Amino acid sequence: MNRAIIQALLSHWLRHRLQLVTLLIGIALATGLWSAVQAINAEARASYQRASDQLALGLFDELRDSSGPISIERYVVLRRAGWQVAAVLDGPMRVVGNTVQVMGVDMVAYPPLPAVTQIEQSETPPDPAAMLTAPGRLIAAPELVPILQGQDGLPPVLSSNALPPDLILTDIGVAETLLDKPGQISRLIVLPTQPRGVPLLSDIAPELELVKATDQLDTSQLTDSFHLNLTAFGLLSFAVGLFIVHGTVGLAFAQRRAMIRTLRALGVSMRRLVWIVTIELAVLALIGGVLGLVLGFLLAGVLLPDVAATLRGLYGAPVDGQLSLQPQWILAGLAMALGGTLLASGHALVRLSRMPLLSGAGLQAWRGSGKGQRSSGFVGTALIAGGLVIGFVFEGLVAGFAMVGGILTGAALVLPYLLSLALSVFQSRSQGPVAQWIWADMRAQLPGLSLALMALLLALAANIGVGTMVSSFRLTFVGWLDQRLTSELYVTATDNQQGLQVAQWLKPQVDAVLPIRSVELSHETGPLFLYGIVDHQTYRDHWPLITSSNGVWDQVLAGEAVLINEQLARRSTLWPGDNVTLSPGHILPIAGVYSDYGNPTGQAIVSMSQLDQIAPGADTRRFGIRIAPERATEMAQALRDQFGLPRQSVVQQAAMKAQSLAIFDKTFVVTSALNVLTLGVAGFAILTSLLTLWTQRLPQIAPVWALGLTRAQLARLELLRSVLLAALTATLALPLGMVLAWALLAVINVQAFGWRLPMFLFPADWAYLFLLTLLAAFVAAALPALRLLRLPPADLLRVFANER
Amino acid sequence: MNVKACLCVLLILLPPALRAQGYADLGGPAEGYAIPQSGYQFEFPRDHGPHPEFRIEWWYLTANLTGEDRRDYGIQWTLFRSALKPTETEGWQSPQLWLGHAAVTTPETHYFAERLSRGGIGQAGVSAEPFEAWIDEWSMRGPDPSALTLTASGPEFAYNLSLNAQGPIVFHGDAGYSVKSADGQASYYYSQPFYTVEGVLQLPDGDVKVTGQGWLDREWSSQPLAEDQSGWDWFSLSFDDGDKLMAFRLRGGRGDFTAATWITPDGTASPLPDGSATFIPLDTERVAGRDVPVHWRVTLPDRDLDVEVSAITPNAWMATRFEYWEGPVKVTGSHTGRGYLEMTGY
Amino acid sequence: MLLNIERVQKSYPGGRPVLRDVSLTLDQGQTLALTGESGSGKSTLLNLAAALDGFDGGEITLDGTALSGLDDRGRAALRRQSVSLVFQQFNLIPSLTVAQNLSFHARLANREETEWTTQLAERLGLSDLLTRYPENLSGGQQQRVAIGRAIAPRPKLLLADEPTGNLDETASATVLDLMLSLVSDTGAALLLVTHSQDIAARLDRQAHLAGGHIT
Repeated sequence: MNRAIIQALLSHWLRHRLQLVTLLIGIALATGLWSAVQAINAEARASYQRASDQLALGLFDELRDSSGPISIERYVVLRRAGWQVAAVLDGPMRVVGNTVQVMGVDMVAYPPLPAVTQIEQSETPPDPAAMLTAPGRLIAAPELVPILQGQDGLPPVLSSNALPPDLILTDIGVAETLLDKPGQISRLIVLPTQPRGVPLLSDIAPELELVKATDQLDTSQLTDSFHLNLTAFGLLSFAVGLFIVHGTVGLAFAQRRAMIRTLRALGVSMRRLVWIVTIELAVLALIGGVLGLVLGFLLAGVLLPDVAATLRGLYGAPVDGQLSLQPQWILAGLAMALGGTLLASGHALVRLSRMPLLSGAGLQAWRGSGKGQRSSGFVGTALIAGGLVIGFVFEGLVAGFAMVGGILTGAALVLPYLLSLALSVFQSRSQGPVAQWIWADMRAQLPGLSLALMALLLALAANIGVGTMVSSFRLTFVGWLDQRLTSELYVTATDNQQGLQVAQWLKPQVDAVLPIRSVELSHETGPLFLYGIVDHQTYRDHWPLITSSNGVWDQVLAGEAVLINEQLARRSTLWPGDNVTLSPGHILPIAGVYSDYGNPTGQAIVSMSQLDQIAPGADTRRFGIRIAPERATEMAQALRDQFGLPRQSVVQQAAMKAQSLAIFDKTFVVTSALNVLTLGVAGFAILTSLLTLWTQRLPQIAPVWALGLTRAQLARLELLRSVLLAALTATLALPLGMVLAWALLAVINVQAFGWRLPMFLFPADWAYLFLLTLLAAFVAAALPALRLLRLPPADLLRVFANER
Repeated sequence: MNVKACLCVLLILLPPALRAQGYADLGGPAEGYAIPQSGYQFEFPRDHGPHPEFRIEWWYLTANLTGEDRRDYGIQWTLFRSALKPTETEGWQSPQLWLGHAAVTTPETHYFAERLSRGGIGQAGVSAEPFEAWIDEWSMRGPDPSALTLTASGPEFAYNLSLNAQGPIVFHGDAGYSVKSADGQASYYYSQPFYTVEGVLQLPDGDVKVTGQGWLDREWSSQPLAEDQSGWDWFSLSFDDGDKLMAFRLRGGRGDFTAATWITPDGTASPLPDGSATFIPLDTERVAGRDVPVHWRVTLPDRDLDVEVSAITPNAWMATRFEYWEGPVKVTGSHTGRGYLEMTGY
Repeated sequence: MLLNIERVQKSYPGGRPVLRDVSLTLDQGQTLALTGESGSGKSTLLNLAAALDGFDGGEITLDGTALSGLDDRGRAALRRQSVSLVFQQFNLIPSLTVAQNLSFHARLANREETEWTTQLAERLGLSDLLTRYPENLSGGQQQRVAIGRAIAPRPKLLLADEPTGNLDETASATVLDLMLSLVSDTGAALLLVTHSQDIAARLDRQAHLAGGHIT
């Protein structure tokens, strides 16, 4: 019996192959986009975990000095008091335009790291003497090895795949040379085994702070915001995909009503039917899910390298560009496909189970009454209000996303009501009978299309919002680069001595030589880079201050005040007038806050003499050079020749800007890719909705045709209707997108990156998007319209037939 | 004492596959390193300090102690120096590595700890005057080696002892030039075997006041092992009549190489050539997965010595980076007394 | 002659002939009842006369226009301007109100006369229902709207297909009376398909369709 029923039910799909394909595409798109995002997130997180394991991060308690590096003397004092600690010196190093992290550990005392063990067990292990004494050895991931080997002046490189990319592991004695931080220790890890009777830390090294392993800021926390961002996009895509599934399943059920009624009349119980149909859906969901996983895997593979670049660039988080297939990802993807399909079909299933044996007419439109629209409008309004309340009352990224989520969902729910309102206004103003009919007909059709239109609204709003955010960011960033990179040339000498020579050599030849000197301090919010500046008009004219007190530059240059970057200001809520503790004993009032994009850490600026007081011995290797722009190229070459500097040590402003922008653009490749995909899916949702409504269209069109409209006219009107609805939706999406952009710029960005950006409007982009939307709606309606155009009159006449 | 140290330190950073090569290196020429020469004139306090131009060196102290509870205890305090290059530099890039071993042996249990450091930064080292040998919080210090304070600690134990020499420094071999193989490999080797010791052991069950006798070995060299030598058994014994004996056997493929020094209570040292002493294992104990001979018969016909030497605590295993057995022993037979036994290569 | 059907042939898709050789004429102001068994082709003939469908042979001339020469657009114009239709299923436009439905055809034909429409609504007893939607009307009311929609443009020819087929007896009588009186008032010709001899008897002429021929 089941076989017969299944055969009957499946025969439908054989006759409606397009519908089957649509359904599978819907499930596959929903699953695919979601799974792609999940795969990217999982891969990134796995990379952090791998890196943590490889570097034994977060395994041990650590000792840190908030005022700066720890001296070797301090380390020996601790050791001689019995404290079993191991020294680590880390810092960034530039290699051929890339920043790599150098981690120098005391190879003698540090617990064996997987990479070291791997090297020791290799075919040609290095002599311990080679590892520990000059020039030493560097250990790096295989992809980094050739880059390092091409560099002059670096120790020999050993390859180990037990290291994250962009990291050099070496002995601390090698690292202090490499990083030019002789005698400095960044942190001490506390080894697990300690002898009896160790004195209290406060008695022997009160300036050191014990950081528990569990309290250490780990990369995954830092990047949570980014992943949440991607997840939100994934969910949005998933929701949009489900609209398609909902539409197709609804249509399939409507078309199979007669068959189901017959089956019931033949003695099949409703219970059995519901079960069989549910299983049928589950099987389809799994097929679509598998397609979606393939799609997702491919998509993730394409997007991951950019995500990896973003995460490395923004957070210094180590992420491989390689994707690996994980079983839990497959299971989760299939579960989402299954759950999503059943959720999207729930409505249809319930209607099926409630269908009376002898019901009336075969096909009915989803006749959503005005009442339904109004109540969904109320719920929507409530959601918007709730989202706003959450956004303004609670802090944090999750609250930010909750606000955006509430506003978006709410707006989607309000959409049918607003559209209906707009249509009735148009209807009341319209003159001709056809126009009047069109508006009335659109209103009547709204309930059937509203889900697809909601999908379109969400996709458009996301597009406008994210697009505005990215473009605003880019515009701000470009402006900021212009302000920040004012020197025509930037030079980095190999050491302090050469630095002095460079400065002296340059002075008579150029307008100004501005030293760039900094030290890394430790603030309660994380690392803090302190910069010293000399008095020069360049800073007064160009430095990108967001807010400042009167006479800001005079105060700072007199050593009486400090400038801090926006990240630090927002993280520790310090603003002009407040005091900031740079190191114990050095507390300065804040005179101004400057914007500082593309940098996750806190920064502060003081006068040069103040810098030397707070942290003596900062390097004097880097300089900004003011020179007539047309002489910059010539001077750069002269500098390289004079001091034998490698190419990358003398950089021109233009090159630096171009490089910064390239990094920036790469950061948002993923975002815009997901954006476009979501819009495409929404277009597809409109198509499926129109196809669904198609069978219900004839009884409405036939009388109009009979009264004297040609099929071509009717087909054109079909196209017009779709385009008009899309246009109305797009019009409503614009303010929603603005709100979203505002939320992203003013709330989410502040939480995720630590900076607030001004919002710029891009009407040209909107116009482009608007046209794209109309095009999508036109394409989506083209198929139904073409069908109508080619419809034999006999099919229309059937509507009037007496014997039905 | 001991050839062992050289292996210990040098092999710390080497993987197991390379240990064979490590042995071979020790047997090979000591490139750039100084070589012990016969007829060397020791000069103190200079020679109490380190000799970075030699590859290996150690300050090795053991003591047999009796607690106020009348039980036998033993302690070990060792600082090894191993040079990756025959130079010393300031900072992390110093090629001098230092390794500390400390242990307390009770009749039932053997507690030990290990420390590793490099030179150049002050975490470990030795100064000749005033004398101090240290690594981390462990130290052996005094105005000179005749009066020392000794401290060490591990997770389960700590000790603080004072040592006073009751006799002179003793030179082994030919006035401190100690030959280690038939091929002529040799080291500089002197001892201070006359310490009286008193102090406190801190153990998991509480503090124990102890008194007893201590023995310090000083040795440095650059290539002390012959190619075929695979391990050694080393004895430092103090007899109840006041005489003392240092004797060792290097086990090699071409046969054993032995050496010994007989020390009278006034400090007169008589070196005894290869073959003078015989060492016969009588009984083994299963320790750390190996059969270790913890019961010996040692004879020295020249001195009418025929004794059985047995471990007080058979499980005195040093499970450090380089593993070996080191613990207090009891002597019975023609002479009675106590001492320390060290065995490697099992 | 308003409508001249001459030797018309029509087959269903698939080839089964419905109308083999049908000829029929109708003059201005005349009413004609077309009767026949189920499936005899009455509705098909009516659809052909309404320019809703094409035919395979013969010719139909409506108000001097030969239908066989018309394209889709020409046929639509003819339906708009010269013919009105009343169906058994009413076929009102569900998204428009009664008032909008009433005037819809007249406005399509550009012949809306507000006064006339109002008058029609009154005569059809629809004045109180003008703002309602079709789904809220009874069958009789819906059919009265459909008749009003058909008469409003003052068509030369009214084609009705079982206009009372879906109504009970009382409603049926009312609707028929109204239709006939409006037809005679406007001078339109009426071609009415019915299977009821009683209804057929009330019209000027009767024709019977059987076996694809008029008998």
